[in-house]
Amino acid sequence: MLGKLDWSAIPFDQPIPLIAGAVVLVGILAVLVWVVVKGHLPYLWHEWITSVDHKRIGVMYILLASVMLLRGGSDAIMMRIQQAVAYQSQGYLPPEHYNQIFSAHGTIMIFFVAMPFVIGLMNLIVPLQLGVRDVAFPTLNSVGFWLTATGALLVNLSLVIGEFARTGWLAFPPLSELSYSPGVGVDYYAWSLQISGVGTLVAGINLVTTVLKLRTRGMNYLRMPMFCWTTLASNLLIVAAFPILTATLAMLLLDRYLGFHFFTNQAGGNVMMFMNLIWAWGHPEVYILVLPAFGIFSEVVSTFSGKALFGYRSMVLATMAICVISFMVWLHHFFTMGAGPDVNAIFGIASMIIAIPTGVKIYNWLFTMYGGRIRFETPMLWSVGFMVTFIIGGLTGVLVAVPPADFMLHNSMFLVAHFHNVIIGGVLFGAFAGFEYWFPKAFGFRLDERWGKLAFWFTFTGFYVTFIPLYVAGMLGMTRRMQHYDVAAWRPWMLVAAVGMAILTIGVICQILQLVVSIRNREALRDRTGDPWDGRSLEWATASPPPVFNFAFDPDVRGEDAYWDIKIHARQQSLEHEEREYHEIEMPRNSPTGFVCAFFASIMGFALIWHIWWMVILGGIGAFATFVVFAWRDHDEYVIPAAEVARIDRINLEERRSLVSMAGAT
Amino acid sequence: MHGSVASRKVRARAKACCFAGTDFIQLRLLPGRFLRYASPGGFPTASGLPMNLLDPQGPVAAANSTILVDSVFIMLAIVVPTIIAILAFAFWFRASNPRARFQPDFVYSGRVEMVVWAIPALTVILLGGVAWIGSHQLDPAAPVPGTGSPVRIQAVSLDWKWLFIYPDQRIATVNTLTVPAGAELNFQLTSSSVMNTFFIPQLGSMIYTMNGMVTKLNLRADNEGKLQGLSAHFSGDGFPDMMFDVNVISPLAFPDWVATTAKTDAVLNEDSYKKLMQQGVEKGRPTYRVDDPRLFDLIATQHIPPGPGPELLSEAGRSQSGGHDAR
Repeated sequence: MLGKLDWSAIPFDQPIPLIAGAVVLVGILAVLVWVVVKGHLPYLWHEWITSVDHKRIGVMYILLASVMLLRGGSDAIMMRIQQAVAYQSQGYLPPEHYNQIFSAHGTIMIFFVAMPFVIGLMNLIVPLQLGVRDVAFPTLNSVGFWLTATGALLVNLSLVIGEFARTGWLAFPPLSELSYSPGVGVDYYAWSLQISGVGTLVAGINLVTTVLKLRTRGMNYLRMPMFCWTTLASNLLIVAAFPILTATLAMLLLDRYLGFHFFTNQAGGNVMMFMNLIWAWGHPEVYILVLPAFGIFSEVVSTFSGKALFGYRSMVLATMAICVISFMVWLHHFFTMGAGPDVNAIFGIASMIIAIPTGVKIYNWLFTMYGGRIRFETPMLWSVGFMVTFIIGGLTGVLVAVPPADFMLHNSMFLVAHFHNVIIGGVLFGAFAGFEYWFPKAFGFRLDERWGKLAFWFTFTGFYVTFIPLYVAGMLGMTRRMQHYDVAAWRPWMLVAAVGMAILTIGVICQILQLVVSIRNREALRDRTGDPWDGRSLEWATASPPPVFNFAFDPDVRGEDAYWDIKIHARQQSLEHEEREYHEIEMPRNSPTGFVCAFFASIMGFALIWHIWWMVILGGIGAFATFVVFAWRDHDEYVIPAAEVARIDRINLEERRSLVSMAGAT
Repeated sequence: MHGSVASRKVRARAKACCFAGTDFIQLRLLPGRFLRYASPGGFPTASGLPMNLLDPQGPVAAANSTILVDSVFIMLAIVVPTIIAILAFAFWFRASNPRARFQPDFVYSGRVEMVVWAIPALTVILLGGVAWIGSHQLDPAAPVPGTGSPVRIQAVSLDWKWLFIYPDQRIATVNTLTVPAGAELNFQLTSSSVMNTFFIPQLGSMIYTMNGMVTKLNLRADNEGKLQGLSAHFSGDGFPDMMFDVNVISPLAFPDWVATTAKTDAVLNEDSYKKLMQQGVEKGRPTYRVDDPRLFDLIATQHIPPGPGPELLSEAGRSQSGGHDAR
């Protein structure tokens, strides 16, 4: 009846996951009770859960990423403490638990923090920057989000029901094959990624189509803001790379479920094939994450320097170069597998070549600052912090691209430090910069600067105190994923890294306090004009938060930095005082398709993990039926009358008039 | 040095005493050549040896670490000025500095573009040359000439220990590798089950071990002494215990060591190998005679099937383990 599931799946003897699970469960229940008792349920259902508004979906993506950041961060804290204490002892985490934690940490941070964070920001901002009313496929967008949430749910469920993978975040066979990992851990891993992978692919298709097909009048490719370009590049990579991940995991699952031999030791299986396939996805994945961050920094540096981006066309070229080359370097993840010197050298050099466009980007941000009038508000702090940190990460990255150096550094703590250097210093700093920068756009009030700056300085310092020691430990021969060790030379560095982790944690707490303080002071921090930073691109041309239709009139773009031109134009000619005739606007209707589909997908995923076949069929039919019902819909749009559009738009225009007189005059 | 057997026993239960002794001296030292002093007291325990990459004990490691250091310096030549420029520009062009000239129209300059593409490109051309030559000279399979006749060693990664077979000497050791100084070491490597990576940091180049496949690695140890090796690829619960001792002894002492080891009663053959490959951590350092020098080939060609993985737990075991191997 229940497949492999029985009471032994609940880890009653292990207090840590049990208490963690209980706390989370109580938290969720408390929120649910509060929502129901206060009568917020209809509001949540109509305005958020079933919403197909790209802004709302973007916000939900970021919320998911933030919650999962706390989970992945807790894992990181536990790992740092374990390695600090497990010198000549077993520490406080037994191997089977420690191994789950580092596997979950990697999986969560990449798939359920970094990915939803950048996809959320792209969702929120790209249609606004392009001057359009929604993404290309609004309901599909909702489906994508909810499937990602399903994956996150399954990963968290493994905390209390069964176990998570103990194989590392890429689940290399043959360790991840049934013979060496008989538990449900790898199944949790694989099915969560399969389901959320569909969500990511859908989001990628949606955003590529949006950028390619939905641009406002005059917004040709070479007038798009840099963030739209990096979104395009990143989502092209998603569309090309994620099917590889899906296929690879499908093969692993076939091995595990139906006795196939794609990656087994025997009967013709080949583990090296898995290595190639997973990294053929895995390396582009790194650029999927970091390219949007590059876009965010481009927007932030330009806005806060009061200048257009330096060398815009060069930046476009660099972005697309990274997009293409990132597919040609995957082999550098296993130089030590014994391929010949020619292969190693060619992939090493290809990997270095990516450093050229990346270096160009750094220099172009540098020269954007040159001759600027730089305001050091929180987003700009994150950007300058990024530039310094990312260069160091780039240096160590090029270093491990040199095969003979990699022969000593592969899989070491040095490597761990390197990729955290680029992912925290690049992606996470970028996500935080984007969060601070666009928060007023999404919610209509700014975030508290004081707490924001504190968060930056603690995170920035904490990062170095955590990861410089890991570089050193790597140079001392320490390899990654050690549950315990006896080498005295490593010990002090692990202790310093644990201190760094504490500082990082303070940084995250500051970030949370910033949110709390800002919500309480939201009236004082209110952004009435829609343009709190003296912005340059079209998202600042509408109210904060934008009306559901984004723009009352399709913006007419005449050059790069579209909104900057409008502001200058308006100041010179006072065009804003002309009364224009409003028209009714058609918008897509809300749809529960995404939520219902993900509900059934969650059931199906859970049932697949535990071999509850009747439930698999039930979930599968449910998910498919949802899609069929949606496909047969009659009405998919509703109309906002012209009078309503006019009313909403005039409120914002009133506020904006005062701004227009100042714009660009600074 | 300091009785390793005794300290190993102590180690098993020793509560970490982190603030005692000399551990903290290292905090003051910077990475770089100072790292070689990072482990105090010489060679404290057999498995607590330093593995400093910048203190090579053989030609391969020396060449690897030279390339490593050279590459860092080549890159620092542009990275340091760039970081300084970022901080300087950010500081000077702050909005509150009235002396900084605001140039909002400085958004393109062909000459600057030339330079910013050229700097990373030139660096990469230089490093690309290093990578190309280095990859060929330091290919793990490339010969490393040494004095005397080369020593063939067949390494097998087991769950979770290392087996070293000396086919010419007809002996085998577990978790300890004894080699003569100065001789070429020809490694053939495979795995009994999952992937691992064979790595002696101070001798250089690591390489994967994979079941059903043989990888090749040539090394040389130049100085007598004790070194440490490890697995550098996660392989399951016992992975952190896959550390092994490397004893580099004088070429004159090596035949004596071989002769002594060959006198052991324990024999490694298909049957005892199958027992050895059961999952488990090996705390001792067993040695074996090897009757059949083809044992490694039998493993590598899967005539001996791969290791069985975790044994399926009985009902009783399941309830004890709280479902963490639920199946």
